Amino acid sequence: MAENKISLGKELTKGIIKENPTLVMLLGMCPTLAVTTQAMNGIGMGLATTFVLLGSNIVISALRKVIPDKVRIPAFIVIIASFVTLIGFLLEGFFPDLYDSLGIYLTLITVNCIIFGRAEMFASKNGILASAADAIGMGIGFTLALFCMGSVREILGTGKWLGMTIPVLSENPMLLFIMPAGGFFTLGMIIAAVNKLSNKKPPAELGCKGCPNAENCGKGGECQ
Amino acid sequence: MSVKDLLVILLAAMLTDNFVLSKFMGICPFLGVSKKLDSAAGMGLAVTFVMMCAAAVTYPIHHGILVPNELEYFDTVVFILVIALFVQLVETILKKSVPSLYKSLGVYLPLITTNCAVLGVTVLNIDNSYSFIKSITNALGAGLGFMLALVIFSGVRKKLEYADIPETFKGVPATLIAASIVSVSFMGFTGLFG
Repeated sequence: MAENKISLGKELTKGIIKENPTLVMLLGMCPTLAVTTQAMNGIGMGLATTFVLLGSNIVISALRKVIPDKVRIPAFIVIIASFVTLIGFLLEGFFPDLYDSLGIYLTLITVNCIIFGRAEMFASKNGILASAADAIGMGIGFTLALFCMGSVREILGTGKWLGMTIPVLSENPMLLFIMPAGGFFTLGMIIAAVNKLSNKKPPAELGCKGCPNAENCGKGGECQ
Repeated sequence: MSVKDLLVILLAAMLTDNFVLSKFMGICPFLGVSKKLDSAAGMGLAVTFVMMCAAAVTYPIHHGILVPNELEYFDTVVFILVIALFVQLVETILKKSVPSLYKSLGVYLPLITTNCAVLGVTVLNIDNSYSFIKSITNALGAGLGFMLALVIFSGVRKKLEYADIPETFKGVPATLIAASIVSVSFMGFTGLFG
């Protein structure tokens, strides 16, 4: 039992730092860049994704022996898309402002590589409890990464942070940081900082590890 | 609906609202498949093709089946399934009937299912309540814009390979910062269409 607890704890914490989905495994770049013009949006997007990840990981893990291997990708897609529709309704009902500011990117959680990746790599091979712990850990890691991105971009780009006004910066905000170009730049800088701090060699290339099509692509495409 | 309207939609989707560089859709293939010019062009072509077909298929499904039955909230589920099925279908057909085209586009097709730009363009068409022709035009523009971004960026990355970059920035950070500079160049198109 004790051993069981330790491994659950490990599944939970690995996603936060060691295998942070965005900053270390480099998955789910689209929402990371798109919605992080404000720290608050980053948190909202992160929590919405965590919800979908938790739901889909639990359901996929519970059904992992029922879903035939050949049709697993369409089956995963349907499960994930259902949870996305659900969170869309919940946000529209309870947090309409957040719903408006996330806009189309809420729908696009469906094709977020993180969720696919965890379904394919973890939930389809592990039990329900471990999958739930994995989902929560990955979700928190993703939310933290988005919050960092959002904070940097909001502080430098508008001179505000979570409703507070930063004295000097708000007089001369660097608008570039809330523009698309600033998103790429900030993410590049943050990943460089993570590489420096973790003192390890940067990953050779952008990971397709979590991509459900990795086997097809590793053989033929240029995307290894 | 004049030709001018269509042209504005086409160019806006291609340049001012470039899917990759200003809407951040399809970043994974943009960073993953842009190392060589020919694979960038191949991926761009495949995406353009799938986007146009997806727009053409999802339009009648949304307006013909889902709206009359008040099932609009199934859009996401249905669209992503249609795209996944469609990609499979195209792959099978190409493999059997046009092997030469399959050889050049085939490897990119499975990657397209999870490309958010394809789902994005179908959802945007519905959100903007475009007509059928406008939807197809928007998809064409989005696809061409995606291809343009990939092809331009493959050129930039070639130079990047020979550059002397500090150890910490090697690989992904340098690529992202280069992408940021390419994105700045697309900001020049802002305001082109009012």
